[in-house]
Amino acid sequence: MEILSLVLTNLRRHRWRALIGTAGIAFGVAAMLTILAIVSGAIGMFQRILASDSHYLVFERNVSDLFFSSVTAAQVAAIRAEPDVASAHPVLFGLVSAPDHPVITCFGIEATDPRLAHATWLAGNRASFGANENEVFLGARAAEFLGARYGESIDIGRGRFRVAGILKTENGFEDGGVFLPLTAAQSFFHRGDAASVVSVKLRDRSRGAEFKRAIQAAQPGVIALENREFNSSYNSFKILNFTAWAVGICAFCLGGLGVANTMLLSVFTRIREIAVLRVCGFSRPQVATLIFGEAAALAAAGLVAGFALGFVLLAGLQRVPQFQGYVRADLDPLVLLGIVATAFITAGAGAIYPARFASRVQPAEALRYE
Amino acid sequence: MNKTPRVLARATRVSKSYDEGRISVLRDVSLTVHAGELVALWGASGSGKSTLLHLLGGLDAPDRGELSVCGLDPAPEPNRLTLRRHRIGFVFQLHNLIPDLTVEENLRVPALAIGRNGRETRARIATLAGQVGLTHRLGHRIQELSGGERQRTAICRALMNTPQLLLADEPTGSLDETTGATVFELLKNLAEREGIAVILATHERRFAEACHRIVRVRDGQLQEIAA
Repeated sequence: MEILSLVLTNLRRHRWRALIGTAGIAFGVAAMLTILAIVSGAIGMFQRILASDSHYLVFERNVSDLFFSSVTAAQVAAIRAEPDVASAHPVLFGLVSAPDHPVITCFGIEATDPRLAHATWLAGNRASFGANENEVFLGARAAEFLGARYGESIDIGRGRFRVAGILKTENGFEDGGVFLPLTAAQSFFHRGDAASVVSVKLRDRSRGAEFKRAIQAAQPGVIALENREFNSSYNSFKILNFTAWAVGICAFCLGGLGVANTMLLSVFTRIREIAVLRVCGFSRPQVATLIFGEAAALAAAGLVAGFALGFVLLAGLQRVPQFQGYVRADLDPLVLLGIVATAFITAGAGAIYPARFASRVQPAEALRYE
Repeated sequence: MNKTPRVLARATRVSKSYDEGRISVLRDVSLTVHAGELVALWGASGSGKSTLLHLLGGLDAPDRGELSVCGLDPAPEPNRLTLRRHRIGFVFQLHNLIPDLTVEENLRVPALAIGRNGRETRARIATLAGQVGLTHRLGHRIQELSGGERQRTAICRALMNTPQLLLADEPTGSLDETTGATVFELLKNLAEREGIAVILATHERRFAEACHRIVRVRDGQLQEIAA
Protein backbone atom coordinates (compact mmCIF):
# COMPACT_ATOMS: atom_id res chain seq x y z
CA MET A 1 0.00 0.00 0.00
CA GLU A 2 1.59 3.23 -1.13
CA ILE A 3 0.69 6.68 0.20
CA LEU A 4 -1.61 7.05 -2.84
CA SER A 5 -3.71 4.07 -1.83
CA LEU A 6 -3.97 5.49 1.71
CA VAL A 7 -5.16 8.73 0.10
CA LEU A 8 -7.81 6.91 -1.95
CA THR A 9 -8.86 4.81 1.03
CA ASN A 10 -9.38 7.94 3.12
CA LEU A 11 -11.54 9.48 0.40
CA ARG A 12 -13.52 6.26 0.00
CA ARG A 13 -14.21 6.14 3.74
CA HIS A 14 -15.80 9.59 3.60
CA ARG A 15 -17.33 9.33 0.18
CA TRP A 16 -20.16 11.86 0.60
CA ARG A 17 -17.76 14.44 1.90
CA ALA A 18 -15.35 13.65 -0.95
CA LEU A 19 -18.21 13.89 -3.43
CA ILE A 20 -19.08 17.40 -2.21
CA GLY A 21 -15.45 18.51 -2.59
CA THR A 22 -15.30 16.93 -6.05
CA ALA A 23 -18.58 18.60 -7.05
CA GLY A 24 -17.18 22.00 -6.02
CA ILE A 25 -14.22 21.58 -8.35
CA ALA A 26 -16.36 20.00 -11.08
CA PHE A 27 -18.75 22.97 -11.11
CA GLY A 28 -15.78 25.35 -11.25
CA VAL A 29 -14.31 23.44 -14.21
CA ALA A 30 -17.66 23.26 -16.01
CA ALA A 31 -18.35 26.97 -15.41
CA MET A 32 -14.93 28.01 -16.63
CA LEU A 33 -15.11 25.72 -19.65
CA THR A 34 -18.53 27.03 -20.63
CA ILE A 35 -17.69 30.70 -20.10
CA LEU A 36 -14.42 30.41 -22.00
CA ALA A 37 -16.05 28.45 -24.82
CA ILE A 38 -18.74 31.09 -25.24
CA VAL A 39 -16.33 34.01 -24.99
CA SER A 40 -13.77 32.49 -27.34
CA GLY A 41 -16.62 31.48 -29.67
CA ALA A 42 -17.84 35.08 -29.72
CA ILE A 43 -14.34 36.47 -30.16
CA GLY A 44 -13.64 33.94 -32.89
CA MET A 45 -16.77 34.98 -34.74
CA PHE A 46 -15.91 38.65 -34.52
CA GLN A 47 -12.40 37.89 -35.74
CA ARG A 48 -13.81 35.99 -38.70
CA ILE A 49 -16.12 38.88 -39.55
CA LEU A 50 -13.16 41.22 -39.62
CA ALA A 51 -10.84 38.84 -41.37
CA SER A 52 -13.33 37.90 -44.07
CA ASP A 53 -11.25 37.29 -47.17
CA SER A 54 -8.58 39.80 -46.08
CA HIS A 55 -5.07 40.11 -44.70
CA TYR A 56 -5.09 43.48 -42.96
CA LEU A 57 -7.55 45.59 -41.00
CA VAL A 58 -7.37 49.36 -41.20
CA PHE A 59 -9.20 51.43 -38.59
CA GLU A 60 -8.98 54.70 -36.68
CA ARG A 61 -5.88 55.01 -34.52
CA ASN A 62 -6.27 54.97 -30.72
CA VAL A 63 -9.96 54.14 -30.76
CA SER A 64 -11.33 52.26 -27.75
CA ASP A 65 -13.72 50.10 -29.74
CA LEU A 66 -14.23 49.44 -33.43
CA PHE A 67 -17.83 50.62 -33.16
CA PHE A 68 -16.43 54.14 -32.58
CA SER A 69 -13.84 53.97 -35.34
CA SER A 70 -14.19 56.20 -38.40
CA VAL A 71 -12.35 55.66 -41.65
CA THR A 72 -13.49 58.25 -44.16
CA ALA A 73 -14.34 57.62 -47.82
CA ALA A 74 -11.22 59.59 -48.76
CA GLN A 75 -9.09 57.31 -46.62
CA VAL A 76 -10.76 54.24 -48.14
CA ALA A 77 -9.99 55.61 -51.59
CA ALA A 78 -6.37 56.20 -50.56
CA ILE A 79 -6.08 52.65 -49.32
CA ARG A 80 -7.49 51.29 -52.56
CA ALA A 81 -5.00 53.40 -54.47
CA GLU A 82 -2.04 51.73 -52.78
CA PRO A 83 -0.21 49.55 -55.35
CA ASP A 84 -0.02 46.54 -53.00
CA VAL A 85 -3.77 46.45 -52.38
CA ALA A 86 -5.81 43.88 -54.31
CA SER A 87 -9.12 44.78 -52.70
CA ALA A 88 -10.41 46.88 -49.79
CA HIS A 89 -13.89 46.54 -48.31
CA PRO A 90 -15.21 49.08 -45.84
CA VAL A 91 -17.60 47.88 -43.14
CA LEU A 92 -19.67 50.06 -40.84
CA PHE A 93 -20.79 48.49 -37.59
CA GLY A 94 -23.87 49.70 -35.81
CA LEU A 95 -26.36 48.54 -33.25
CA VAL A 96 -30.05 48.72 -33.91
CA SER A 97 -33.11 47.55 -32.05
CA ALA A 98 -36.35 45.96 -33.14
CA PRO A 99 -39.53 45.27 -31.17
CA ASP A 100 -38.62 42.66 -28.48
CA HIS A 101 -34.98 42.64 -29.64
CA PRO A 102 -33.05 45.51 -28.05
CA VAL A 103 -29.67 44.80 -29.64
CA ILE A 104 -29.09 43.65 -33.19
CA THR A 105 -25.78 44.13 -34.95
CA CYS A 106 -26.01 45.96 -38.23
CA PHE A 107 -23.39 45.62 -40.95
CA GLY A 108 -23.14 48.37 -43.53
CA ILE A 109 -21.30 46.88 -46.51
CA GLU A 110 -20.83 47.41 -50.21
CA ALA A 111 -22.47 45.17 -52.79
CA THR A 112 -19.03 43.85 -53.76
CA ASP A 113 -18.24 42.65 -50.23
CA PRO A 114 -17.03 39.01 -50.34
CA ARG A 115 -19.31 37.92 -47.46
CA LEU A 116 -22.34 38.43 -49.75
CA ALA A 117 -20.71 36.18 -52.35
CA HIS A 118 -19.82 33.51 -49.77
CA ALA A 119 -23.28 33.44 -48.16
CA THR A 120 -26.04 31.01 -49.07
CA TRP A 121 -29.00 33.04 -50.21
CA LEU A 122 -32.21 31.60 -48.78
CA ALA A 123 -34.33 34.34 -50.36
CA GLY A 124 -33.53 37.18 -52.72
CA ASN A 125 -30.16 37.46 -54.39
CA ARG A 126 -26.87 39.26 -54.20
CA ALA A 127 -27.58 41.31 -57.33
CA SER A 128 -30.41 43.13 -55.57
CA PHE A 129 -28.18 44.28 -52.66
CA GLY A 130 -28.28 48.07 -52.64
CA ALA A 131 -30.43 48.27 -55.76
CA ASN A 132 -33.35 49.95 -53.97
CA GLU A 133 -33.79 52.24 -51.01
CA ASN A 134 -35.28 51.19 -47.68
CA GLU A 135 -34.36 47.58 -48.14
CA VAL A 136 -32.69 45.40 -45.57
CA PHE A 137 -31.08 41.98 -45.83
CA LEU A 138 -31.29 39.63 -42.88
CA GLY A 139 -29.04 36.90 -41.57
CA ALA A 140 -30.98 33.61 -41.39
CA ARG A 141 -31.10 33.59 -37.60
CA ALA A 142 -32.11 37.25 -37.46
CA ALA A 143 -34.96 36.49 -39.84
CA GLU A 144 -35.95 33.63 -37.56
CA PHE A 145 -35.98 35.56 -34.29
CA LEU A 146 -37.55 38.64 -35.91
CA GLY A 147 -40.20 36.40 -37.48
CA ALA A 148 -39.58 38.18 -40.80
CA ARG A 149 -40.10 36.73 -44.24
CA TYR A 150 -38.84 37.78 -47.63
CA GLY A 151 -40.82 40.70 -49.03
CA GLU A 152 -42.35 41.70 -45.69
CA SER A 153 -41.74 45.06 -44.06
CA ILE A 154 -40.21 45.22 -40.62
CA ASP A 155 -39.39 47.93 -38.09
CA ILE A 156 -35.71 48.33 -37.35
CA GLY A 157 -34.67 51.24 -35.20
CA ARG A 158 -36.56 54.32 -36.30
CA GLY A 159 -37.08 53.04 -39.85
CA ARG A 160 -39.29 50.60 -41.67
CA PHE A 161 -37.57 48.39 -44.20
CA ARG A 162 -38.59 45.81 -46.74
CA VAL A 163 -36.82 42.45 -46.37
CA ALA A 164 -35.12 42.12 -49.73
CA GLY A 165 -33.07 39.04 -48.96
CA ILE A 166 -32.26 36.41 -46.35
CA LEU A 167 -28.78 34.95 -46.32
CA LYS A 168 -27.22 32.14 -44.36
CA THR A 169 -23.64 32.67 -43.28
CA GLU A 170 -21.42 30.39 -41.21
CA ASN A 171 -20.71 33.17 -38.77
CA GLY A 172 -23.14 33.40 -35.86
CA PHE A 173 -22.74 37.17 -35.49
CA GLU A 174 -23.47 37.79 -39.14
CA ASP A 175 -26.24 35.24 -39.15
CA GLY A 176 -27.92 37.08 -36.29
CA GLY A 177 -27.39 40.51 -37.86
CA VAL A 178 -28.92 42.76 -40.45
CA PHE A 179 -27.13 43.99 -43.57
CA LEU A 180 -27.62 47.40 -45.09
CA PRO A 181 -25.89 48.90 -48.09
CA LEU A 182 -22.98 50.98 -46.78
CA THR A 183 -24.42 54.34 -47.84
CA ALA A 184 -27.79 53.50 -46.27
CA ALA A 185 -26.09 52.46 -43.04
CA GLN A 186 -23.96 55.64 -42.98
CA SER A 187 -27.11 57.70 -43.34
CA PHE A 188 -29.04 55.63 -40.78
CA PHE A 189 -26.28 55.98 -38.16
CA HIS A 190 -25.43 59.60 -39.04
CA ARG A 191 -21.86 58.67 -39.82
CA GLY A 192 -21.36 60.79 -42.93
CA ASP A 193 -19.14 58.85 -45.31
CA ALA A 194 -17.26 56.92 -42.65
CA ALA A 195 -16.80 53.20 -42.23
CA SER A 196 -15.68 51.46 -39.03
CA VAL A 197 -12.98 49.30 -40.56
CA VAL A 198 -11.56 48.44 -43.92
CA SER A 199 -10.66 44.82 -44.67
CA VAL A 200 -7.69 44.82 -46.99
CA LYS A 201 -6.47 42.00 -49.19
CA LEU A 202 -2.97 42.39 -50.61
CA ARG A 203 -1.76 41.23 -53.97
CA ASP A 204 1.32 39.75 -52.28
CA ARG A 205 0.95 39.03 -48.61
CA SER A 206 4.69 39.14 -48.06
CA ARG A 207 4.58 42.86 -48.78
CA GLY A 208 2.48 43.49 -45.69
CA ALA A 209 5.14 45.52 -43.87
CA GLU A 210 5.55 47.87 -46.85
CA PHE A 211 1.79 48.33 -47.09
CA LYS A 212 1.54 49.03 -43.39
CA ARG A 213 4.32 51.62 -43.49
CA ALA A 214 2.92 53.32 -46.59
CA ILE A 215 -0.65 53.58 -45.36
CA GLN A 216 0.31 54.82 -41.90
CA ALA A 217 2.64 57.42 -43.42
CA ALA A 218 0.02 58.65 -45.86
CA GLN A 219 -2.89 58.47 -43.39
CA PRO A 220 -1.61 59.20 -39.88
CA GLY A 221 -5.11 58.99 -38.41
CA VAL A 222 -5.45 55.25 -39.14
CA ILE A 223 -3.63 52.13 -38.13
CA ALA A 224 -3.16 48.97 -40.20
CA LEU A 225 -2.82 45.67 -38.37
CA GLU A 226 -2.39 42.21 -39.69
CA ASN A 227 -5.33 40.06 -38.58
CA ARG A 228 -3.13 38.12 -36.15
CA GLU A 229 -1.75 41.35 -34.64
CA PHE A 230 -5.25 42.72 -34.29
CA ASN A 231 -6.53 39.62 -32.50
CA SER A 232 -3.80 39.82 -29.90
CA SER A 233 -3.99 43.58 -29.34
CA TYR A 234 -7.67 44.47 -29.55
CA ASN A 235 -8.74 45.74 -26.14
CA SER A 236 -12.27 44.39 -26.26
CA PHE A 237 -10.96 40.86 -26.83
CA LYS A 238 -8.57 41.29 -23.90
CA ILE A 239 -11.36 42.56 -21.65
CA LEU A 240 -13.64 39.69 -22.68
CA ASN A 241 -10.92 37.13 -22.07
CA PHE A 242 -9.97 38.69 -18.75
CA THR A 243 -13.60 38.76 -17.65
CA ALA A 244 -14.08 35.12 -18.64
CA TRP A 245 -11.03 34.02 -16.64
CA ALA A 246 -12.02 36.24 -13.70
CA VAL A 247 -15.54 34.79 -13.56
CA GLY A 248 -14.16 31.27 -14.01
CA ILE A 249 -11.61 31.75 -11.24
CA CYS A 250 -14.37 33.05 -8.94
CA ALA A 251 -16.28 29.85 -9.65
CA PHE A 252 -13.10 27.93 -8.84
CA CYS A 253 -12.64 29.85 -5.60
CA LEU A 254 -16.04 28.59 -4.49
CA GLY A 255 -14.86 25.10 -5.42
CA GLY A 256 -11.67 25.73 -3.45
CA LEU A 257 -13.72 26.66 -0.39
CA GLY A 258 -15.60 23.39 -0.88
CA VAL A 259 -12.31 21.50 -0.89
CA ALA A 260 -11.09 23.42 2.17
CA ASN A 261 -14.31 22.56 3.98
CA THR A 262 -14.12 18.92 2.96
CA MET A 263 -10.50 18.61 4.00
CA LEU A 264 -11.04 20.43 7.30
CA LEU A 265 -13.93 18.15 8.20
CA SER A 266 -11.86 15.20 7.13
CA VAL A 267 -8.94 16.30 9.34
CA PHE A 268 -11.10 17.20 12.35
CA THR A 269 -12.77 13.79 12.34
CA ARG A 270 -9.43 12.01 12.00
CA ILE A 271 -7.33 13.76 14.62
CA ARG A 272 -6.77 10.55 16.60
CA GLU A 273 -5.92 8.69 13.41
CA ILE A 274 -3.44 11.38 12.38
CA ALA A 275 -1.93 11.15 15.87
CA VAL A 276 -1.53 7.40 15.35
CA LEU A 277 0.20 7.99 12.01
CA ARG A 278 2.61 10.33 13.77
CA VAL A 279 3.19 7.70 16.47
CA CYS A 280 3.88 5.16 13.71
CA GLY A 281 6.63 7.36 12.34
CA PHE A 282 4.92 9.69 9.87
CA SER A 283 6.72 13.03 9.76
CA ARG A 284 4.87 16.32 9.59
CA PRO A 285 5.60 16.68 5.85
CA GLN A 286 4.30 13.14 5.29
CA VAL A 287 1.03 13.98 7.06
CA ALA A 288 0.75 17.20 5.03
CA THR A 289 1.46 15.21 1.84
CA LEU A 290 -1.40 12.90 2.73
CA ILE A 291 -3.81 15.83 3.03
CA PHE A 292 -2.52 17.53 -0.13
CA GLY A 293 -2.75 14.15 -1.87
CA GLU A 294 -6.40 13.88 -0.91
CA ALA A 295 -7.04 17.43 -2.18
CA ALA A 296 -5.23 16.62 -5.45
CA ALA A 297 -7.30 13.46 -5.85
CA LEU A 298 -10.47 15.54 -5.35
CA ALA A 299 -9.20 18.00 -7.95
CA ALA A 300 -8.45 15.18 -10.42
CA ALA A 301 -11.89 13.65 -9.94
CA GLY A 302 -13.44 17.14 -10.14
CA LEU A 303 -11.60 17.80 -13.41
CA VAL A 304 -12.88 14.59 -15.00
CA ALA A 305 -16.44 15.25 -13.84
CA GLY A 306 -16.19 18.96 -14.68
CA PHE A 307 -14.91 18.38 -18.21
CA ALA A 308 -17.62 15.78 -18.81
CA LEU A 309 -20.30 18.13 -17.45
CA GLY A 310 -18.87 21.14 -19.32
CA PHE A 311 -18.65 19.43 -22.70
CA VAL A 312 -22.17 17.98 -22.32
CA LEU A 313 -23.39 21.49 -21.45
CA LEU A 314 -21.56 22.96 -24.45
CA ALA A 315 -22.97 20.29 -26.76
CA GLY A 316 -26.43 21.23 -25.48
CA LEU A 317 -25.78 24.97 -25.90
CA GLN A 318 -24.59 24.45 -29.45
CA ARG A 319 -28.04 23.09 -30.27
CA VAL A 320 -29.83 26.13 -28.84
CA PRO A 321 -30.62 28.45 -31.78
CA GLN A 322 -29.67 31.63 -29.84
CA PHE A 323 -26.21 30.24 -29.20
CA GLN A 324 -25.53 28.89 -32.67
CA GLY A 325 -22.08 29.94 -33.76
CA TYR A 326 -21.32 31.55 -30.39
CA VAL A 327 -20.06 28.40 -28.68
CA ARG A 328 -16.63 27.08 -29.52
CA ALA A 329 -16.19 23.67 -27.92
CA ASP A 330 -12.72 23.06 -29.38
CA LEU A 331 -10.80 25.14 -26.88
CA ASP A 332 -7.12 25.85 -27.24
CA PRO A 333 -5.06 23.12 -25.43
CA LEU A 334 -3.33 25.89 -23.49
CA VAL A 335 -6.70 27.06 -22.18
CA LEU A 336 -7.55 23.48 -21.14
CA LEU A 337 -4.16 23.26 -19.46
CA GLY A 338 -4.96 26.54 -17.71
CA ILE A 339 -8.21 25.06 -16.38
CA VAL A 340 -6.36 21.94 -15.15
CA ALA A 341 -3.72 24.08 -13.44
CA THR A 342 -6.38 26.32 -11.87
CA ALA A 343 -8.21 23.28 -10.50
CA PHE A 344 -5.07 21.87 -8.87
CA ILE A 345 -3.96 25.26 -7.56
CA THR A 346 -7.42 25.91 -6.09
CA ALA A 347 -7.60 22.49 -4.46
CA GLY A 348 -4.03 22.87 -3.19
CA ALA A 349 -4.78 26.31 -1.75
CA GLY A 350 -7.92 24.89 -0.12
CA ALA A 351 -5.82 22.19 1.52
CA ILE A 352 -3.14 24.49 2.97
CA TYR A 353 -4.86 25.19 6.28
CA PRO A 354 -6.13 21.59 6.79
CA ALA A 355 -2.67 20.22 5.97
CA ARG A 356 -1.02 22.67 8.34
CA PHE A 357 -3.50 21.78 11.05
CA ALA A 358 -3.04 18.05 10.49
CA SER A 359 0.73 18.22 10.48
CA ARG A 360 0.67 20.06 13.82
CA VAL A 361 -1.55 17.57 15.61
CA GLN A 362 0.10 16.73 18.93
CA PRO A 363 -0.09 12.93 19.34
CA ALA A 364 0.00 13.06 23.14
CA GLU A 365 -2.82 15.62 23.22
CA ALA A 366 -4.92 13.66 20.73
CA LEU A 367 -4.40 10.30 22.43
CA ARG A 368 -4.56 11.44 26.05
CA TYR A 369 -8.32 11.12 26.39
CA GLU A 370 -8.87 7.70 24.92
CA MET B 1 31.00 -14.10 30.93
CA ASN B 2 27.74 -12.33 31.71
CA LYS B 3 27.21 -9.16 29.74
CA THR B 4 25.20 -6.35 31.36
CA PRO B 5 22.09 -5.75 29.24
CA ARG B 6 22.08 -2.47 27.36
CA VAL B 7 20.14 0.44 28.86
CA LEU B 8 17.31 1.24 26.47
CA ALA B 9 15.40 3.84 28.42
CA ARG B 10 16.51 6.16 31.16
CA ALA B 11 14.58 8.93 32.89
CA THR B 12 16.56 11.05 35.32
CA ARG B 13 14.74 13.33 37.79
CA VAL B 14 11.92 14.00 35.36
CA SER B 15 8.96 16.21 36.23
CA LYS B 16 5.82 16.94 34.25
CA SER B 17 2.82 19.08 35.00
CA TYR B 18 -0.19 20.33 33.05
CA ASP B 19 -2.39 23.40 33.11
CA GLU B 20 0.53 25.78 33.58
CA GLY B 21 1.93 23.85 36.50
CA ARG B 22 -1.36 23.59 38.39
CA ILE B 23 -1.64 19.82 37.85
CA SER B 24 1.59 18.06 38.76
CA VAL B 25 1.63 14.55 37.29
CA LEU B 26 5.24 13.39 37.72
CA ARG B 27 7.64 14.79 40.30
CA ASP B 28 11.35 14.21 40.03
CA VAL B 29 11.08 10.58 38.90
CA SER B 30 13.88 8.37 37.66
CA LEU B 31 13.73 5.02 35.89
CA THR B 32 16.11 2.78 33.98
CA VAL B 33 15.02 -0.05 31.68
CA HIS B 34 17.36 -2.59 30.07
CA ALA B 35 17.02 -4.67 26.93
CA GLY B 36 14.93 -7.81 27.46
CA GLU B 37 13.18 -6.45 30.52
CA LEU B 38 9.43 -6.46 31.03
CA VAL B 39 8.77 -3.59 33.43
CA ALA B 40 5.33 -2.89 34.85
CA LEU B 41 4.33 0.70 35.61
CA TRP B 42 1.59 -0.18 38.04
CA GLY B 43 -0.84 2.33 39.42
CA ALA B 44 -4.35 3.66 39.46
CA SER B 45 -5.89 5.64 36.63
CA GLY B 46 -4.49 9.17 36.52
CA SER B 47 -1.40 8.25 38.50
CA GLY B 48 0.94 9.32 35.65
CA LYS B 49 1.72 5.96 33.98
CA SER B 50 0.64 7.11 30.52
CA THR B 51 2.40 10.43 30.96
CA LEU B 52 5.70 8.67 31.66
CA LEU B 53 5.21 6.46 28.57
CA HIS B 54 4.42 9.52 26.45
CA LEU B 55 7.58 11.25 27.70
CA LEU B 56 9.71 8.20 26.91
CA GLY B 57 8.10 7.92 23.46
CA GLY B 58 8.69 11.57 22.64
CA LEU B 59 4.96 12.23 22.42
CA ASP B 60 5.32 14.86 25.10
CA ALA B 61 8.23 16.80 26.62
CA PRO B 62 9.17 16.94 30.30
CA ASP B 63 9.21 20.20 32.25
CA ARG B 64 12.47 19.20 33.94
CA GLY B 65 14.86 16.29 33.95
CA GLU B 66 16.65 14.23 31.33
CA LEU B 67 15.47 11.43 29.11
CA SER B 68 17.46 9.03 27.02
CA VAL B 69 15.80 6.43 24.83
CA CYS B 70 17.95 4.05 22.81
CA GLY B 71 20.75 6.55 23.30
CA LEU B 72 18.76 9.53 22.00
CA ASP B 73 17.08 12.48 23.67
CA PRO B 74 13.45 12.08 22.49
CA ALA B 75 12.66 15.81 22.63
CA PRO B 76 14.10 17.12 19.30
CA GLU B 77 11.86 16.37 16.30
CA PRO B 78 14.52 14.50 14.25
CA ASN B 79 15.24 12.22 17.24
CA ARG B 80 11.53 11.65 17.81
CA LEU B 81 11.13 10.60 14.19
CA THR B 82 14.10 8.25 14.38
CA LEU B 83 12.79 6.72 17.59
CA ARG B 84 9.22 6.30 16.38
CA ARG B 85 10.29 4.94 13.02
CA HIS B 86 13.01 2.51 14.09
CA ARG B 87 13.45 2.10 17.85
CA ILE B 88 10.09 2.38 19.64
CA GLY B 89 6.73 0.67 19.19
CA PHE B 90 3.52 1.87 20.85
CA VAL B 91 0.53 -0.21 21.93
CA PHE B 92 -2.54 1.57 23.30
CA GLN B 93 -5.51 0.44 25.36
CA LEU B 94 -7.94 1.14 22.51
CA HIS B 95 -5.62 -0.33 19.85
CA ASN B 96 -5.96 2.82 17.68
CA LEU B 97 -6.06 0.90 14.43
CA ILE B 98 -7.49 2.54 11.31
CA PRO B 99 -10.98 1.08 11.15
CA ASP B 100 -11.65 0.91 7.40
CA LEU B 101 -8.33 -0.67 6.55
CA THR B 102 -7.67 -4.38 6.65
CA VAL B 103 -5.29 -5.95 9.15
CA GLU B 104 -2.60 -6.13 6.46
CA GLU B 105 -3.10 -2.49 5.45
CA ASN B 106 -2.87 -1.39 9.09
CA LEU B 107 0.37 -3.31 9.47
CA ARG B 108 1.78 -1.56 6.40
CA VAL B 109 1.37 1.91 7.92
CA PRO B 110 4.72 1.98 9.82
CA ALA B 111 6.47 0.60 6.73
CA LEU B 112 4.95 3.43 4.67
CA ALA B 113 6.45 5.95 7.07
CA ILE B 114 9.96 4.68 6.35
CA GLY B 115 9.37 3.91 2.67
CA ARG B 116 10.22 0.25 3.05
CA ASN B 117 9.68 -1.73 -0.17
CA GLY B 118 6.72 -4.00 -0.75
CA ARG B 119 8.49 -7.38 -0.73
CA GLU B 120 10.26 -6.73 2.57
CA THR B 121 7.03 -5.46 4.12
CA ARG B 122 5.04 -8.48 2.96
CA ALA B 123 7.62 -10.83 4.45
CA ARG B 124 7.62 -8.98 7.77
CA ILE B 125 3.81 -8.98 7.92
CA ALA B 126 3.70 -12.71 7.21
CA THR B 127 6.23 -13.42 9.99
CA LEU B 128 4.48 -11.26 12.59
CA ALA B 129 0.98 -12.44 11.70
CA GLY B 130 2.21 -16.04 11.94
CA GLN B 131 3.70 -15.41 15.40
CA VAL B 132 0.46 -14.01 16.82
CA GLY B 133 -1.94 -16.30 14.93
CA LEU B 134 -3.43 -13.66 12.65
CA THR B 135 -2.45 -15.09 9.27
CA HIS B 136 -6.04 -16.03 8.45
CA ARG B 137 -7.23 -12.53 9.41
CA LEU B 138 -4.88 -10.43 7.26
CA GLY B 139 -7.54 -9.58 4.67
CA HIS B 140 -10.20 -8.71 7.24
CA ARG B 141 -11.21 -5.21 8.21
CA ILE B 142 -10.66 -4.11 11.79
CA GLN B 143 -14.42 -4.01 12.49
CA GLU B 144 -14.56 -7.73 11.77
CA LEU B 145 -12.01 -8.63 14.47
CA SER B 146 -12.51 -9.52 18.13
CA GLY B 147 -10.98 -7.35 20.86
CA GLY B 148 -8.04 -9.72 21.32
CA GLU B 149 -7.38 -9.91 17.59
CA ARG B 150 -7.41 -6.12 17.37
CA GLN B 151 -4.89 -5.84 20.20
CA ARG B 152 -2.68 -8.50 18.62
CA THR B 153 -2.86 -6.54 15.37
CA ALA B 154 -1.84 -3.40 17.27
CA ILE B 155 1.13 -5.26 18.78
CA CYS B 156 2.18 -6.49 15.33
CA ARG B 157 1.93 -2.92 14.00
CA ALA B 158 4.15 -1.74 16.87
CA LEU B 159 6.70 -4.44 15.95
CA MET B 160 6.67 -3.83 12.18
CA ASN B 161 9.89 -1.78 12.09
CA THR B 162 11.68 -4.09 14.60
CA PRO B 163 11.80 -1.72 17.59
CA GLN B 164 14.08 -2.21 20.60
CA LEU B 165 11.58 -0.77 23.06
CA LEU B 166 7.84 -1.40 23.28
CA LEU B 167 5.69 1.08 25.20
CA ALA B 168 2.38 -0.56 26.05
CA ASP B 169 -0.27 1.64 27.65
CA GLU B 170 -2.91 -0.55 29.35
CA PRO B 171 -2.95 -3.01 26.44
CA THR B 172 -5.14 -5.42 28.38
CA GLY B 173 -7.39 -2.72 29.85
CA SER B 174 -10.29 -3.23 27.48
CA LEU B 175 -10.02 -7.02 27.15
CA ASP B 176 -11.69 -9.85 29.04
CA GLU B 177 -9.60 -11.89 31.49
CA THR B 178 -8.61 -14.71 29.09
CA THR B 179 -7.87 -12.46 26.12
CA GLY B 180 -5.96 -10.07 28.37
CA ALA B 181 -3.82 -12.95 29.58
CA THR B 182 -3.06 -14.03 26.00
CA VAL B 183 -1.98 -10.51 25.05
CA PHE B 184 0.14 -10.25 28.20
CA GLU B 185 1.88 -13.56 27.40
CA LEU B 186 2.63 -12.24 23.95
CA LEU B 187 4.35 -9.16 25.40
CA LYS B 188 6.26 -11.25 27.91
CA ASN B 189 7.51 -13.54 25.14
CA LEU B 190 8.70 -10.54 23.17
CA ALA B 191 10.83 -9.44 26.09
CA GLU B 192 12.18 -12.87 26.94
CA ARG B 193 12.67 -14.33 23.46
CA GLU B 194 13.31 -11.29 21.27
CA GLY B 195 15.20 -9.21 23.82
CA ILE B 196 12.86 -6.27 23.37
CA ALA B 197 12.42 -4.05 26.40
CA VAL B 198 8.73 -3.75 27.24
CA ILE B 199 7.35 -1.06 29.54
CA LEU B 200 3.80 -1.98 30.42
CA ALA B 201 1.51 0.54 32.04
CA THR B 202 -1.22 -1.36 33.87
CA HIS B 203 -3.58 -1.01 36.78
CA GLU B 204 -4.06 -4.81 37.04
CA ARG B 205 -2.02 -6.31 39.80
CA ARG B 206 -1.93 -9.81 38.29
CA PHE B 207 -0.17 -8.61 35.17
CA ALA B 208 2.17 -6.35 37.14
CA GLU B 209 3.17 -9.27 39.34
CA ALA B 210 4.02 -11.40 36.32
CA CYS B 211 6.51 -8.81 35.02
CA HIS B 212 10.26 -8.84 35.67
CA ARG B 213 10.05 -5.61 37.61
CA ILE B 214 7.22 -3.64 39.16
CA VAL B 215 7.43 0.12 39.44
CA ARG B 216 4.53 1.52 41.40
CA VAL B 217 3.31 4.92 40.23
CA ARG B 218 1.54 6.89 42.94
CA ASP B 219 1.13 10.62 43.63
CA GLY B 220 3.59 11.48 40.87
CA GLN B 221 6.35 9.33 42.34
CA LEU B 222 7.87 6.00 41.27
CA GLN B 223 8.55 3.23 43.75
CA GLU B 224 10.27 0.00 42.72
CA ILE B 225 8.71 -2.95 44.52
CA ALA B 226 9.69 -6.60 44.47
CA ALA B 227 8.23 -8.57 41.58
